[in-house]
Amino acid sequence: MNYALQTRNLVKKFGGFVATNDVSLNVEAGARHALIGPNGAGKTTLINLLTGFLEPTSGEVILNGTNVTQLAQHQRVKRGLARTFQINRLFADLTVLDSVTMAVNERLGLGARFWKPVASYAEAVDEAAHLLATLRLLDVAHEKTRNLAYGKQRLIEIALALAAKPSVLLLDEPAAGVPTSESRELFESIANLPRDVTILLIEHDMDLVFRFADQISVLVSGAVLTEGTPEFIANNPKVKEVYLGEAISV
Amino acid sequence: MTTLALQAGLAPVRRADHWRPAELVFWLLPVAAYFIFPDNLVLLTQIAITALFCLSLDLILGYAGIVSLGHAAFFGLGAYAAGLLAAHGFGDPLLGLGVAAVVAAALGFVTSLLVLRGADLTRLMVTLGVAMMLYELANKLTPITGGVDGLQGIEVLPLLGPFEFDLYGKTAFWYALAVLFVLFWVARRIVHSPFGLSLKGIRLNVGRMPALGTPVNARLAAVYTLGAAYAGIAGALLAQTTQFVALDVLSFNRSAELLLILVLGGSGSLYGALIGTIVFMSAHHLLSELNPQYWQFWLGALLVVIVLFARDGVMGGLRRIGARFGANGGTK
Repeated sequence: MNYALQTRNLVKKFGGFVATNDVSLNVEAGARHALIGPNGAGKTTLINLLTGFLEPTSGEVILNGTNVTQLAQHQRVKRGLARTFQINRLFADLTVLDSVTMAVNERLGLGARFWKPVASYAEAVDEAAHLLATLRLLDVAHEKTRNLAYGKQRLIEIALALAAKPSVLLLDEPAAGVPTSESRELFESIANLPRDVTILLIEHDMDLVFRFADQISVLVSGAVLTEGTPEFIANNPKVKEVYLGEAISV
Repeated sequence: MTTLALQAGLAPVRRADHWRPAELVFWLLPVAAYFIFPDNLVLLTQIAITALFCLSLDLILGYAGIVSLGHAAFFGLGAYAAGLLAAHGFGDPLLGLGVAAVVAAALGFVTSLLVLRGADLTRLMVTLGVAMMLYELANKLTPITGGVDGLQGIEVLPLLGPFEFDLYGKTAFWYALAVLFVLFWVARRIVHSPFGLSLKGIRLNVGRMPALGTPVNARLAAVYTLGAAYAGIAGALLAQTTQFVALDVLSFNRSAELLLILVLGGSGSLYGALIGTIVFMSAHHLLSELNPQYWQFWLGALLVVIVLFARDGVMGGLRRIGARFGANGGTK
């Protein structure tokens, strides 16, 4: 089996509290893999371990077959691991185009060029414009990020991550905080993401998870409770117990 | 804008890196000032030097968001470097500027490793600490620096061969203005480059940048080193044009006043640094003439009033006035 992202016996302790407990995750290349679990299950900690924001107490993170456990965040991005944030982390005073161009610059290795103006690197600006077109953000390209509706801002989160041309994309609750009126457009954009990008989706919204994922891992108290196809998870009594009261329907 | 982006439906916008007419007018002001105030060339030269010093702080604070209360460390080091060179027979002014830039940049690079470790408050302490250490070093090393008496015996050779530094300060004025303009032009290119854009990104959301693949600390170290070099050159200009280095080039007061000038002008805008310097130093000059004893009171009052009406400094105020009248906005 060809895995894009794996963890081996990943453990993270905060003092005496075990936030991540011996997690060995296998995300197949090209998969739409969802990570679900109740509040406090350790989903965000796991993301932070995968991206390098946190250092694990023990265990390994393997990206496309390479051990990246010792690499810093930006080095993992260079190797194809990008993420979005649960709460928007955008550049409020930059225009949408400038933000995304900045991200494209970094991938093309132009980020430290200090002599010619941004606009003179046409390949970067063009690519940013294309990305905005794919996410239907082109009409607001010259708007400042702060002036956009929240749903649009969620799309910029995704655009910034895609600018890194990732082989693995971590989507941390992409629909969080988006009003229902704007969520359809967002879901469509996520469904239309290129198939060669492996996606690990962390999500509360079961509707989105079951519509989107072909593989689901259930995280409870920092450990993987069970994994399988959406049908398997939906009919799993252990999962039902954890989500007692929450309706799960396929 | 590029053709592909245009085809994709992007409206062309006015590129920020193109020179605006207002900017050209701005740079004619010092030339006009030379003819209007021929008796105040020393003050005008001081303004140009302080403007360059302020520009260096703007690069690290306004663009990259690194707070510093010890920027005089680099200014003073540059002043002593150029001063000592000229006092020991190496009086070529441009050589002095070059050496000052290299020495200050080296200190900037080394201390950036300390400065980048902490958050804002830690940075204030570290920058303050470095400047205090240099101040006491210069104070103690009397045989080399002259200590509290200042460094004397500086003999600067004619600029580029023919231009001697005259008593009226004409050469000094054009020299300082030319250096300011060239370095401003360089800074302007840098802030509009991809590197400059990434600095803005770091200031606006430092937590996001690693997720874009940006090596944040390397970028910050680079701009801190650059800012230090600029400050060193400003210090060297002061030493060369006054042929003297006083201990207070390294003083806390100089660092703090600089921060004040930048906030007054509007940080994060290159012209803010220049305009802040012009406003502050002109007010300083006029008020101390009008009211030699209590001028600081009026200067304080002026600062409070300006910030009351324009929280983002003179530049922010101008930009809003420009926007209200539907002009192109302020210059950037």
